[in-house]
Amino acid sequence: MTERSEPRGHPRQAGVSASMVLRARGLTRQYGRDSGLVRAVDEVDLDVPTGQTLAIMGPSGCGKSTLLHLLGGLQRPTDGEIWLADQRIDTMSERALARLRRDHVGFVFQSFHLMDELTAVENVELAALLAGQSPRRAHRRAMYLLDRVGLADRARHLPVQLSGGQRQRVAIARALSNEPLVVLADEPTGNLDSGATLEVLRLFDELRAAGQTLVVVTHDARIAAVADRMISMRDGAFADDSRFAGAA
Amino acid sequence: MLAMLAKEPAHGYELRSRMRDALGPLGDAMNAGQIYVTLTRLAKAGLVTSERAEGLPDRPDRRVYALTPAGQQRVAAWLTEVSWPKPDLSEFHLKLVAAAAARLADPVALVDGQRREVLRRLRDAQRAALERSVDPVAGLLLEGVVLRLRADLEWLEACERVWAERDRTGRKAGA
Repeated sequence: MTERSEPRGHPRQAGVSASMVLRARGLTRQYGRDSGLVRAVDEVDLDVPTGQTLAIMGPSGCGKSTLLHLLGGLQRPTDGEIWLADQRIDTMSERALARLRRDHVGFVFQSFHLMDELTAVENVELAALLAGQSPRRAHRRAMYLLDRVGLADRARHLPVQLSGGQRQRVAIARALSNEPLVVLADEPTGNLDSGATLEVLRLFDELRAAGQTLVVVTHDARIAAVADRMISMRDGAFADDSRFAGAA
Repeated sequence: MLAMLAKEPAHGYELRSRMRDALGPLGDAMNAGQIYVTLTRLAKAGLVTSERAEGLPDRPDRRVYALTPAGQQRVAAWLTEVSWPKPDLSEFHLKLVAAAAARLADPVALVDGQRREVLRRLRDAQRAALERSVDPVAGLLLEGVVLRLRADLEWLEACERVWAERDRTGRKAGA
């Protein structure tokens, strides 16, 4: 249960598997036991190369959210191995794993998970402050990111003063604050109307064009518009894996 | 209708009841006349043959209809087509029923192929809608196309669920 000290620079540049941001082999997560045993994720193998936008789709209960949590180190697998860049994370200590998540993974959730008492820019700054950056630097970076998601003029608004689509864009800006190796999004358009969904899809498309690695689990097929690759999940396993040619 | 004959030759009335079983309540609207007119056309086109059944009067519903080799080829080609030109759910539904009944193809594989095609179309339409230059009125049409394709996908998911379940429990589908 030991792990090397905190990676210096980007793990992306180290190791033989540098071109794969995420790798999983035989990944399995079970719940319950005996006759109530459920294999939410059932011996999944997965390679996500740098810069890929991967959408994992399937009906509710197919195991896609559990898979995302395993990939992001939010849950431990029952069996199998996971690497984030060149680091094996399923055997890592809690502390090392928390640090790795903080430094290299961005999370986006269906219900935004913004702090209601903080303004948009304060929400985005928070992650960088917790990672030990100076307040000045954190603020500059947060303003840059809000500008990038098209919300520079909403920086001083509280979440309650923002539309659903704007809140999700703030949450995406926050997910980008640590320059993550990968952004993991769980039903990012699940609470949004069609106009707001369009805003978020446009933003994902820009991130994709900028080379950001992105894994989205969703039951919203519109995500296909911005995906390089789509996996259909059924009963904890991959039923179909399609790649789109000529992604713009 | 050709595909309904793929499992085995049938009397006209059997064929009619196979269609009704496959289509459920939607099959009630189909009248016997339509079936025999269609069968006559298919026979002219060389896709089916018919024989008078022994000891029965020579009426269209008492003849036994069977696929010719050309008819079998036509059915096989139809099963693998993934075109989705109009929301003709009955046709795709019959394809699955016929494929399972005659064991010509795996219904789940047919659903997968169709889903990939619908997803590709949805992707194209949604990508077009992402263009900031799209006028809001033109965007409405794209939104409509996307909504319909999403409904198709949802239905295909339901198809997949039921046919995969049938596969698992080993029950045979169709009449």
